[in-house]
Amino acid sequence: MLNAVPLPAVLTLAAALFCIGLFGALSRRNLIGVLMGVELMLNAVNINLVAFWRYFEPRYITGQTFAIFIIAVAAAEAAVGLAMVIAVYRHYVTVNADEVDQLRG
Amino acid sequence: MEVVVQVVFGLIALFILVAAAMVVSVRNVIHSALWLIACFFGVGALYLLLQAEFLAVVQVLVYVGAVSVLILFAIMLTRQISGEGVRQLTSRWPVVLVVTVLLFATVMAPTLINQQWNVPPAPPLGTPEPIAGPAELGRGFVNEFLIQFQVVGVLLTVALIGAIVIAFEERARRRRVLTLAEELELKRLRERATQTETPEPVEAEPVARETRPASEG
Repeated sequence: MLNAVPLPAVLTLAAALFCIGLFGALSRRNLIGVLMGVELMLNAVNINLVAFWRYFEPRYITGQTFAIFIIAVAAAEAAVGLAMVIAVYRHYVTVNADEVDQLRG
Repeated sequence: MEVVVQVVFGLIALFILVAAAMVVSVRNVIHSALWLIACFFGVGALYLLLQAEFLAVVQVLVYVGAVSVLILFAIMLTRQISGEGVRQLTSRWPVVLVVTVLLFATVMAPTLINQQWNVPPAPPLGTPEPIAGPAELGRGFVNEFLIQFQVVGVLLTVALIGAIVIAFEERARRRRVLTLAEELELKRLRERATQTETPEPVEAEPVARETRPASEG
């Protein structure tokens, strides 16, 4: 793996995944679609961490530990975020992000 | 051997990127969630290729097993009656597309490719490389990362309680969720209303807003 695939290839893949997730998070109308974009971005960050761990210091566990913590935080974020989506849907009867604009001045 | 690894990496990368592109571009939200599951699987395969086996298992367990099921449930609980055929992207999506493509093409990719990474040389083939596995990881979680481990546990508990509190609704105010049969009936009624071109739309709201009888509580 180390000799076959250079590190920039993996990092470029992660960057492309991050940009796709960013596009989804910024341009989806559905709130759940926005959350799915955020999940894609978190996955891209995790790929970065694991790649750096593997190429630079595979004998230490720090990189993998950080990735596992990020997965845990992402799971918490998904749970709270989707609960909020359900609460918003109950109140506004829509999950369209543009129609939830009560705070607009 | 190296060619095999390169081909596998290329296939995984292609799979991840295609699945992610489908996630953000497909019209049906449920299809989008299914593509998201495929993308998570691809990322797990990439972890395996990077020799982070435990992380690959965690990825499949947490993302594919838990988060995607959560997303699917949220979609099913919040689907609008006329969810299909509605525009899924905001009107400003071309601007966002240009911004993200420019971000990737002019900032990220050139930086990553032109950077001198000083990667330590890999040991010659045949010699076993010391790689931290699940055993070292478990030892780290009870030694040097003990406090962080506990904090993450507290965070997950708080998130669980918070999710319940946010999504909780008093029983008296609970709204009935339409079953699939009722939704189809509603759709048929609407189509009939548009075909006969009656000026007033079919009254669909009372079904959706009907509250449960108080005796049920």
